[in-house]
Amino acid sequence: MSLQIIVLAKQVPDTRNVGGNAINKDGTVNRSVLPVIFNPEDLNALELAFSLKEQYSGSVITLLTMGPPRAAEIIREGLFRGIDMGYLLTDRVFAGSDTLATSYILYMAIKKIGVFDIIISGRQAIDGDTAQVGPQVAEKLKIPQITYVEKIQSIKNSKIVAERRLERGVEIVECELPILVTVNASASECRPRNARLVQKYKHAKTLFEKKIGSEIYTDLYNIRPYLNLVEWNATDIKADNKQCGFSGSPTKVKKIENVVFKVKDSRRFNSSDSQIEEFILELIKNHAIV
Amino acid sequence: MNSLFVYLEIENGTVEDVSFELLTKGRELANRLNCLLEAVAIGSQLDKIEKHVSFYGVDILHIFDDVRLSPYTTLPYTSILIKLFLEEKPQIFLIGATNIGRDLAPRVSSALFSGLTADCTSLEIGDHKEKKTNKIYTNLLYQIRPAFGGNIIATIVNPDNRPQMATVREGVMKKMIYDIDYKCKIISHEITKYVLASDFAVKIIDRRLESSMVNIKNSSIIIAGGYGVGSREAFGLLYNLADIIGGAVGASRSAIDAGFSELDRQIGQTGLTVRPKLYIACGISGQIQHVAGMRDSSIVVSINSDPVAPINDIADYVIIGNVETVIPKIIKYYKNNSK
Repeated sequence: MSLQIIVLAKQVPDTRNVGGNAINKDGTVNRSVLPVIFNPEDLNALELAFSLKEQYSGSVITLLTMGPPRAAEIIREGLFRGIDMGYLLTDRVFAGSDTLATSYILYMAIKKIGVFDIIISGRQAIDGDTAQVGPQVAEKLKIPQITYVEKIQSIKNSKIVAERRLERGVEIVECELPILVTVNASASECRPRNARLVQKYKHAKTLFEKKIGSEIYTDLYNIRPYLNLVEWNATDIKADNKQCGFSGSPTKVKKIENVVFKVKDSRRFNSSDSQIEEFILELIKNHAIV
Repeated sequence: MNSLFVYLEIENGTVEDVSFELLTKGRELANRLNCLLEAVAIGSQLDKIEKHVSFYGVDILHIFDDVRLSPYTTLPYTSILIKLFLEEKPQIFLIGATNIGRDLAPRVSSALFSGLTADCTSLEIGDHKEKKTNKIYTNLLYQIRPAFGGNIIATIVNPDNRPQMATVREGVMKKMIYDIDYKCKIISHEITKYVLASDFAVKIIDRRLESSMVNIKNSSIIIAGGYGVGSREAFGLLYNLADIIGGAVGASRSAIDAGFSELDRQIGQTGLTVRPKLYIACGISGQIQHVAGMRDSSIVVSINSDPVAPINDIADYVIIGNVETVIPKIIKYYKNNSK
């Protein structure tokens, strides 16, 4: 049995390196000034997809990501590690999407892809930690979900058996495909990039990137069509603009308070009672502990 | 005025603390809004639930009792809440940010197109003016939460969509009995009106509940000990602190080599790689090997008697002192100041 696998991944700001200008006046994140990484649990999701592909030959892995043009890096990273195909969902009308609008956009893209047996995403992204998008996509597709997956035991006769890692133990569940699963950090870590694939795809670019890049390689993209990374906008996935971005987001950011931790100059305390109390009050004020 | 609903998380016939905490907060908000507090109990053998919740000030208790509803699976619970909310139109819905709450709430919010804010640390009532339309909304739920790896505190509102949904972690709110004689009305619902047979698509074939399992990688707070902790007995202090602030205990390689802790707790290049919100390094010098496994933590605290320990360079907070002196004081002042 071969599987059609869709992996949902997000490019996220590296939340340990956040500067003061990172937050816009309207409370959204100014992503352009932040270093970005592949969301860690989405790498666990990718690894799960690779291990399924190894077990079920002929399986195809399609990676979907939504973000600004520079999120094309997520598709390239996926290609370097072994995905078959990737789509970058990018459009100005997607900007400002909360989890619900994001799930709508991913849902419309998945409908355009059409066939799938299993959708895999990380449990949550480190910039929001909401863990909402996976279940919301599953609801829109009207398919079941299995959250907090650590391991897939088997897929047989279009039935999946998966191990969930919960607060108070392990749960083993069975369900018919198609299904959406979200993967915990405690699942297997993602394999490293494949040197051969890095060579093959290092010049892979989206149309946007080719426009701002040099023209030297123009011929290359005709000879090697796999180097053309595919971008989809709202029209491509037939999305209703009203359900995208700010207008499609029921939650609004009212206020942002910056509590940026300056990593370089650490605050020092001694072990006296008053100093320890001051330290605790600081952690509570910053919501580090509650 | 539409009601405020709280989800009761029930395991083996017992209501979880997080639900009592939300009932307490829910009662306070309902008084402020002058509306009813309603609770939803889904599961099996729920006849005694009322006795455990009414004195938190619950006005109406909705019961969905069926043997197929225990243990929890996503789809039947989702169907129940969606239909119940379409009928009752709550203005606010609160649910614990537990494994179940974080599995269930997003699915319900997607179906109802209602905004959902995860892991709120504070809930308040207030007004809001929408900048674009200048429209003024009164008595909205302010959903306050840290975001962005703890670098910002955001206040979120859901101006137009109902219910306003929020999840809250256990231990964040205080639980308090409202009125020992409070009378609550019970509505027992007929399951077949809410749940389809096809909702039982996911079958649980095994559950292995472990009370004290090592679950370091998924923990948002980690207290890790090194050789500087000094002894296996002193390591016990780390467990005390972890229990109280809700974290997991990890260890450096040298602490494990010295016999203070077990191998499956090792953090570092040859052990686990972690990125919690808060990492408290106790008596850890900070060799590269260890730092490789924890440097992506959002906030790093170092407790060390050595003022020039390398780990202090990457720490946000440094406490110079002996672990055995400092941790009991942290526990004491945390207890005095939290909640």
